[in-house]
Amino acid sequence: MVNPTSQELSLEKLRAGDRAEIARMVDEFSGPVYRLGLRMLGNQQDAEDVLQNTFMNALMHLSEFEGRSSLATWLYRIAANEALMLIRRRKPEVNIEDLQADDSDAELTPHQFVDWSGLPEDELLSEEGKKALDEAIQTLPQNLRMVFVMRDVEGLSIKDTADALGLTETNVKTRLLRARLHLRERLSAYYAERSEHLIREDKNDGS
Amino acid sequence: MMDHNHVNCETLLGSLSEYIDGELSPELCREIEKHLAGCDNCRVVLNTTKRTIDLVQSPTEAIPVPDDVRERLFKRLNLDDYLKPKSQ
Repeated sequence: MVNPTSQELSLEKLRAGDRAEIARMVDEFSGPVYRLGLRMLGNQQDAEDVLQNTFMNALMHLSEFEGRSSLATWLYRIAANEALMLIRRRKPEVNIEDLQADDSDAELTPHQFVDWSGLPEDELLSEEGKKALDEAIQTLPQNLRMVFVMRDVEGLSIKDTADALGLTETNVKTRLLRARLHLRERLSAYYAERSEHLIREDKNDGS
Repeated sequence: MMDHNHVNCETLLGSLSEYIDGELSPELCREIEKHLAGCDNCRVVLNTTKRTIDLVQSPTEAIPVPDDVRERLFKRLNLDDYLKPKSQ
């Protein structure tokens, strides 16, 4: 999530190429851009490429930034494009047109009804739990993952997510719901299997 | 979601995200809550979806930019002279 800095960035200074102000901008937004890359590409090297390419591109066009959207939205838009370009290069088999694809065919119906929501935090956020979560996020189709990362991971509003991705707000809401349900289903399957495993272990210990 | 009116479960599912984000009217929220009170499966779906969102928003998931990555970024952008620690 973008943290508000003690002092607002000055668009005027940024447009004029003030290097100290640009350095502040880079520090303020490199976290969200890096994490977007990491979530979309799934590895640190590619996330670093997204990070560098995003800011190279942003610096090249900073003087033309008109401020119609917020600086954050503008940077997210560049980062999303850089991430998609890299996905296209790294995984040519993935259909990038997915990003604009119709959402109607995605599965919505829940199949897993194990209530794991009451499990303790240290179980859910254990190394294993976090790995399961990361892997579940990686199974999201690109079009859902991008929306999910911006909205739920980085905390952008529906409107800013829509602006950054060139989608309608309705479209963002639809994708967000599908992404959330997809992840829920994956995690539920993981915790269902895990609890069965633990029950089996208990039985074996008891015998 | 078996012993209940299918449409109600479907309606709830369609509004789940907005319900969680607090974007629904009080009337619709009341209707949803009435359905939830009698539908175990929908309650599980709601609780586990909420928990899923909590988990990805947990501070431990907010991976910082590693120092070496930041250093290479500043060098690539010809900003190395501003490469002092972030906290300063």
